[in-house]
Amino acid sequence: MERLIVPRPNHLRRNLIILTVVFLVVGSGWFAGFDFVQIFRNFIKGGRLLRRMFLPPAWSYAPKVVTPLIETLRMALVGTFWGALTALPVAVFAANNFIRNPYVNKPLRFILNIFRTIPAMVLASLFVAVFGTGPFSGVLALSVFTFGLISKLTYESIEAIDYGQVEALMSLGATKVNVLRYAILPQILPQFMSYTMYGFEVNVRAAAVLGYVGAGGIGQTFEHNLAWREFDKVGVIIVISFFVVLVIDLVSSRIRRSLV
Amino acid sequence: MIQFQNVSKVYPNGTKALNDVNLEIKEGEFVAIIGLSGAGKSTMLRLINQLIDATSGSVLVDGVDVTKAKGKKLREVRRQIGMIFQGFNIVKRASVLTNVLSGRVGYHPSWKTVLGIFPEEDKQIAYRALQRVDILEKVHSRASDLSGGQQQRVAIARALAQEPKLMLADEPVASLDPITTVQVMDYLKKINREDGITTVANLHHVDLALKYATRVVGVREGRLVYDMPIKGIDKPRFFKDLEKVYGRPIEHDDVLEEV
Repeated sequence: MERLIVPRPNHLRRNLIILTVVFLVVGSGWFAGFDFVQIFRNFIKGGRLLRRMFLPPAWSYAPKVVTPLIETLRMALVGTFWGALTALPVAVFAANNFIRNPYVNKPLRFILNIFRTIPAMVLASLFVAVFGTGPFSGVLALSVFTFGLISKLTYESIEAIDYGQVEALMSLGATKVNVLRYAILPQILPQFMSYTMYGFEVNVRAAAVLGYVGAGGIGQTFEHNLAWREFDKVGVIIVISFFVVLVIDLVSSRIRRSLV
Repeated sequence: MIQFQNVSKVYPNGTKALNDVNLEIKEGEFVAIIGLSGAGKSTMLRLINQLIDATSGSVLVDGVDVTKAKGKKLREVRRQIGMIFQGFNIVKRASVLTNVLSGRVGYHPSWKTVLGIFPEEDKQIAYRALQRVDILEKVHSRASDLSGGQQQRVAIARALAQEPKLMLADEPVASLDPITTVQVMDYLKKINREDGITTVANLHHVDLALKYATRVVGVREGRLVYDMPIKGIDKPRFFKDLEKVYGRPIEHDDVLEEV
């Protein structure tokens, strides 16, 4: 049988991409002073530190961890609540299939994008500067952070709904609010709940470190013990926080899966 | 009841959907609009309740020029017009009752309906509407748990709850199997006859048009090319006539049953 001759595939584009990525990774590592030798040299020092933290942790300190830990969870809960509550109405106005006016939703999205790019830590240090140290600043930071996260996810969900249901409600003489209530909310509510739970998971993790800038919660206790070089107490904080975050993540993601 | 006066529609992408259409539909008629997909059938229906607006010309419903109606006035026109869709478009995550009650929102202040407050009479209206389409026993089911035919009956019940004067049906049976198709069409016909609700339906199958409609309107490339009361018309002649609408003989795919 005759051999078929086909042109060789053109891999130029692919190869260029690979080359660029390798160049960027290696280049950034070099620029940031990444050094394998350093890692190995500090290994022994790190091992000694870990031993002081975890072999064994100061279990007797555990009861003292409970109060700040609960404060952390409270901060996450309240922050998620306010963030989600404000995100829902704003998301409705940012969705371009509900508000057809680009002069409303384009600027709104721009603002939401700005909110989302600010890390919770930066927000927290900002609020600490204004409102002083303590959990109140942390809650504010988490609220704003959650608001940015959930509003974005929610307006994208609204834009992806089955528009036929909206059309049907319009066709029977419904006002905008009724369209929202009967055609849009039922479609996005499960997703919105899921985003809120996800926000809570993220917030528990964020709240745990916010204390570092003085915004309350377990981070503050952590920082305090680290400063006094009480590594065995730091170990307890890490172990307990780890398990609490793990359990919350597991439970929450289980619930989220059943929602959508 | 409905008048199209020199109606044209050009979509923003430049598609000429309707070209100078004139048509008058009288009270109590059952009009089937037929034509190839893209001929302008859906556009005609959506102009009647202003889900889309006309580029030129006017559409009158009960003497009111809907192309000029806005806000409250438009909503008052719309609540007298029931509409059912190919994709049913009921709220899947809500109960059957909520869906049917939503047909009543045009009659009450928004703040009440948003809170889900409906007077007892409205619930009675909803139950009766469900009874008309023999699905009252599903009143508390979640809409997504129903079959396609049942969902379309809920959609009809929602339209009935509006106590409409006019019923629009946009390919109401295109997503249904032949048996449920006949059921749904029978309900539409019954409502048209017993309540005197004027009905305009886009139909894909020409034999359904012949069986259920009192008048058939054919559109081709945005123009009306056929308009005939079809009482007593015989099938071979009807199908021959429709070649004008389709630009080709009627094929196997154009009918539900055998030719």
